[in-house]
Amino acid sequence: MSAAPVLERPAVEPHLDPALAAREDVRPTGRRLGPGRRRRLAWLLGPSVLLGLWTVSSATGLLDPRILSEPWTVVATAGELIADGRLQENLAISAQRAGLGLFFGIVVGAVLALLAGLSRVGEALIDGPVQIKRAIPGLALIPLLILWFGIDETMKVLTITLGVFVPIYLQTHAGLRGIDLRYVELAQTVGLSRAAFIRKVVLPGALPGFFLGLRFAVTGAWVSLVVVEQINATSGIGYMMELARTYGQTNIIVLGLAVYGILGLLSDGAVRFLERKALSWQRTLAG
Amino acid sequence: MAAHPGGLTAVASSGTVRSAVGSSSGTAPATGAGNAVSVRNLIRSFGPKGVLNGVDLDIAPGEFVALLGPSGCGKSTLLRALAGLDHDVRGSGVISVPERVSVVFQDSRLLPWDSVLGNVTLGLREHDADSRARKALAEVGLAGREKSWPHELSGGEQQRVALARSLVREPQLLLADEPFGALDALTRIKMHGLLQDLVAAHRPAVLLVTHDVDEAIALADRIVVLDSGRVATVRTVTPEISTAVDAAGHEALRRDLLADLGVVGTSH
Repeated sequence: MSAAPVLERPAVEPHLDPALAAREDVRPTGRRLGPGRRRRLAWLLGPSVLLGLWTVSSATGLLDPRILSEPWTVVATAGELIADGRLQENLAISAQRAGLGLFFGIVVGAVLALLAGLSRVGEALIDGPVQIKRAIPGLALIPLLILWFGIDETMKVLTITLGVFVPIYLQTHAGLRGIDLRYVELAQTVGLSRAAFIRKVVLPGALPGFFLGLRFAVTGAWVSLVVVEQINATSGIGYMMELARTYGQTNIIVLGLAVYGILGLLSDGAVRFLERKALSWQRTLAG
Repeated sequence: MAAHPGGLTAVASSGTVRSAVGSSSGTAPATGAGNAVSVRNLIRSFGPKGVLNGVDLDIAPGEFVALLGPSGCGKSTLLRALAGLDHDVRGSGVISVPERVSVVFQDSRLLPWDSVLGNVTLGLREHDADSRARKALAEVGLAGREKSWPHELSGGEQQRVALARSLVREPQLLLADEPFGALDALTRIKMHGLLQDLVAAHRPAVLLVTHDVDEAIALADRIVVLDSGRVATVRTVTPEISTAVDAAGHEALRRDLLADLGVVGTSH
């Protein structure tokens, strides 16, 4: 038998069918340029490495607890705050604010994007103002919002909404505008009504853009939340951290940061999960 | 009255009278009587350059016409005018087409986010749309692939779905714009056979735009050669000539058509 170029490692996992698994499987294997198959929970690796570094630096005394509390102190603090109910209470309020702001922002952004994407009049009316809003840092509006709405929940939810709707609008609008004109022609030749055209072509075609916007929006919602909760708030995770700053309680500040981080990671994961389900027709490197 | 619904940003092409044959309004031009398609003095231009410079064309019900011509001669512009897809193009003339018109494009143009079945039923309003679509898919040899995504099919299979999507509407006129241009030679030959079977079964009038002389001879009853936006020659293809490459007259017709197209000295 002549020597064929054969890689040492097995190219693929054994076949599921036991009859085939026993057979010889020798093949030349080229270099693969794509990132390969998806692995479950692979996204946990990066955060775990960070957590590991933090733990080791604290344990070896490399990291002064006055600068950054040790992980176990933060866990203990979490235990105490859960025991006396403060963490859940503040978390529930924070989640409610972020959720409401996100909901209104998604609705406003998606509706504006549809109006601007489907009619020239809509685009002329809507796109300019949104671009102006985009140029103004969302947090610079807070003084005005406080003057108008006071410091209650309305102001907080509105600030988050204003931060959320912009990326939803931008990405959904870009998605709509990016729909191939060939599909529009097709819709015309098969005689789709306008409603059916929107349902069958426009909405599915804009969905990838919408999900991209949603990922920006979810992150943006937490960012806005942090800011509104550290200004004149009397509840919420941000308030809890702000209070801890006054008393120099690094452990509570770090706990707040960890909670924000976990919430952000979980919500991004949730959006990505939805995205994979909704866009299963796509064939991309993300797999 | 108009046979084609307006597009997203429809700008009416100035001066063209478009009518559906068989509509009761009586404004259909007298020249179109009895024909599936009737085109009179059609002019279309992009900018200052005329693309169609007065085209006249009639297609009888059930007739298969191939539109042959070099690139840029206006054959796609003519097909798009018949399909009502030229909202933004200036021009004039009289076009009369049947009520039910289907278009097959060079790309299969399947919606990537809809299943094969969903693509075939696209725009069907009848309650039995699904069963009719399944039947059409079986006709093109794709029974059992209803739930596949378009990207899971080969190029030839995608184009067969596009054919099923056109025929499920039982068109009186089938417009095909180089439908097999993107397929490999073997698949193209199989698709020729399939298209012939489907046309024989459904009997639509067909206008096939192509630049392939052999495809035109194999499929068409009549070949219209377009040159510089005008009908240059019209040649009839007898069934004997179209069925066999070695039939008497086949080679002569091929040579004549190549000469019409300005290709001279081709020996094979």
